[in-house]
Amino acid sequence: MAVRPTRRGLFGLAGAGAAGLLVGGTGGIAAAGGVPGIAGVPALSGGRDGGRQATVPFYGAHQAGIVTPAQDRLHFASFTMLAGTGRDDLIALLRDWSEAASMLTQGKPVGTGVEPDSLLLPPDDTGEAEGLGSGHLTLTFGLGRALFVGAADDAGEADPYGIRGRLPQAFEPLPSFAFDLLAPGYTGGDLCVQACADDPQVAVHAIRNLARIAAGRAHLRWSQLGFGRTASTSRAQDTPRNLFGFKDGTANLMAEDDGELAEHLWAGDEAPEWLRGGSYLVARKIQMTIESWDRSSLAEQERIFGRTKLAGGPLSGGEEFTEPDFTAPDPEQTAQPAIDIAAHMRLAHPLHNGGARMLRRGYNYVDGSNELGQLSAGLFFISYQRDPATFVRVQRSLKPDLLNEYIRHIGSGLWAVPAGAARGEFIAQALFE
Amino acid sequence: MHHKYALPATCAAAAATMLLLTGCVPNAAPSATSIAVTSTDTDCVVETATAAGGTITFTVKNDGKKVSEFYVLGSNELTIVGEVENIAPGASRDLTIQAGPGDYFTSCKPGMIGAGVGQAAFTITGDEVQTSPEEEAIVAQYIAYVKAQSEELVPQVQAFVAAYVAGDDAEAKRLFPIARINYERIEPTAEQFGDLDPKIDYRKPGADEEGLPFTGFHRIEMDLWNEQAVAAGRYTGDDDLTPLTPAERKVVGDQLVVDITELKDKVASPEFTLTLADITEGAKGLLDEIAAPDGKLPGEENEFSHTDLYDFTANVEGAQVALDTVRPLAAGDPELVTELDDRFASMLELLATYGSYEDGFVSYDTVTQAERNDLAAALTALSEPLSRLTAAVVQG
Repeated sequence: MAVRPTRRGLFGLAGAGAAGLLVGGTGGIAAAGGVPGIAGVPALSGGRDGGRQATVPFYGAHQAGIVTPAQDRLHFASFTMLAGTGRDDLIALLRDWSEAASMLTQGKPVGTGVEPDSLLLPPDDTGEAEGLGSGHLTLTFGLGRALFVGAADDAGEADPYGIRGRLPQAFEPLPSFAFDLLAPGYTGGDLCVQACADDPQVAVHAIRNLARIAAGRAHLRWSQLGFGRTASTSRAQDTPRNLFGFKDGTANLMAEDDGELAEHLWAGDEAPEWLRGGSYLVARKIQMTIESWDRSSLAEQERIFGRTKLAGGPLSGGEEFTEPDFTAPDPEQTAQPAIDIAAHMRLAHPLHNGGARMLRRGYNYVDGSNELGQLSAGLFFISYQRDPATFVRVQRSLKPDLLNEYIRHIGSGLWAVPAGAARGEFIAQALFE
Repeated sequence: MHHKYALPATCAAAAATMLLLTGCVPNAAPSATSIAVTSTDTDCVVETATAAGGTITFTVKNDGKKVSEFYVLGSNELTIVGEVENIAPGASRDLTIQAGPGDYFTSCKPGMIGAGVGQAAFTITGDEVQTSPEEEAIVAQYIAYVKAQSEELVPQVQAFVAAYVAGDDAEAKRLFPIARINYERIEPTAEQFGDLDPKIDYRKPGADEEGLPFTGFHRIEMDLWNEQAVAAGRYTGDDDLTPLTPAERKVVGDQLVVDITELKDKVASPEFTLTLADITEGAKGLLDEIAAPDGKLPGEENEFSHTDLYDFTANVEGAQVALDTVRPLAAGDPELVTELDDRFASMLELLATYGSYEDGFVSYDTVTQAERNDLAAALTALSEPLSRLTAAVVQG
């Protein structure tokens, strides 16, 4: 028989069988409604109908999926490199993943598509996203600290992939926080992939195929499905609601704030060259005690957040986007501020964190329910920031947060997110040069 | 002898660690000088322990009282490179193989049952041999492997059942995972015999669901580890939690020996045949058995004894022998074969960190979720390329 190239050798060759399956254009940016001056920030038209024309370019100065207007659906995955893998395996994996991501984000199948050369072969592409289009799929890749210094049991003294010398100074492990209840099953990982799309099947298909491509090099350690974005990353988007029913993250960094992004989001000269134009991704799986929350009075709910539930205006008065007045007295008890000293919104606000700002891009999640008849639900918090210390600062500020009674952090991860790749390059290529 | 094939099963597979092409020489004339082998009821004497690569003929004389067999095994001591069987007492038969350099083993099996006697190392020297492999001969080789495993299985199960019926629970518990090794190596083959696998190897939920009496390995397991079965609480109130009486033990134990013996006889029958795809898909099936939701990786297969790592290892070995046997036919995709060899090696190395058949494996309930994830990663690394073996071999 003819030697069949391995799956690795096939990326970039659109399978002949796949070319005819896609209806409509898939290569271009949906520029209509795009935000002027922001490359790679197309307006989102949700749902499956809009999906066919809705491609977010994979290649660019920054990775897509950060300032891209937040899509409705998430499949976030954390991978661990297999024991015994080395530098070449990591490079090959990142190269294969980048090539696959460039296809997937155009709504094209991976490898030779769903029809292999032989009926006796399993298809390269798993096939469940055929005909769904690209659905604004973005794939954002991050690198865990253990890739640089080895696993915890190496006492941080190892250099498994020959990149120890490239470890950014700011890349310190997250400390533990009060009320952490972290489970190993949702924590850490050598590599992360954030897949966001309008259609959950598109996002799941992407992770499923990337996991398959990783076989023998990296293995899925944990993953999370999310829906109903909880943050806006563009002024073109309404502020969504979390599962507590509140608009949270009104004061988010926005894609339109170029100056703010440069200051708070993108790593600059302080970072090693490979990370400049990149960022740090913090993920926190935050379980909500939904049932007890639902039994709390509206007054308490609003006091906890510091906003009205329906309109989302600050309790100091005004509409959603009115700046909160933290000094304004409570009309009922003038000795007290209108926005409680321990309200979530007050403690998280940049004014109380030395101006620290993050780009939040979280999602709601419901993992069914537990054996006690409680929803296993909460917020899969994702934030991007120039320095992980920003997250640490804000999270420490939240120690007295009234909201803590109703939430537990059960998962956590921190990854360095390299800059975007140019066409023909792979993600994090500069790290190995 | 498999009468379906009008040719002797005289084939060679490469040693697991070497990429060499070997094959079957159905019509090869015996070489001028053959190597004399003497089989007795207790030994297997080969006149020389080395030979030059190429066509090698063994002349096997049976000086024992039982009908005998002679095997040439690969370096893993499992893959069958060539075998000749039904050598009557007093008779001689020739085995001609074509094999390249590497480490092999020779062994005789008087009575055509059990693990064999007089196993000895045999070294082949010289240059690699180019052959054109014959599909039929390769299939015959794998059938010979299945047969050899089923012949070893019978006495292992008999010893296990004897200890169990005698009430020697400690010894029966020790032998339980050992008695399953040969079965787990050829599991997909056993499953071809529709009614046998349910009797031999069904887990309790499977038997209950299909309204079958719960028998076989796992019925005995549930009784031997009765305390654990009760404590686990999964089957509270179930009659099967009542410890068996000595008489009941004998019924269940005898039944298992009968079923295993029937399996051996069916495999030995001239009617028993496999296709190439049966072999390669069977290898995939062995790995799927490990990862299945009611399989070894989740720790469900041996839910009372937690001896899953023995089964896990045996399943991997069975899949490795399948690769080893079809190797000459996969020569068109050397990259795939190399990848599979590496991944099999990594998988078995990782399993070896948990123990061995000889020294025992750790109880699977002590293996952490993170460690199970690592085992899953190695298994996935192996399963992905293995899914491409059928195409490489069948179209090779």
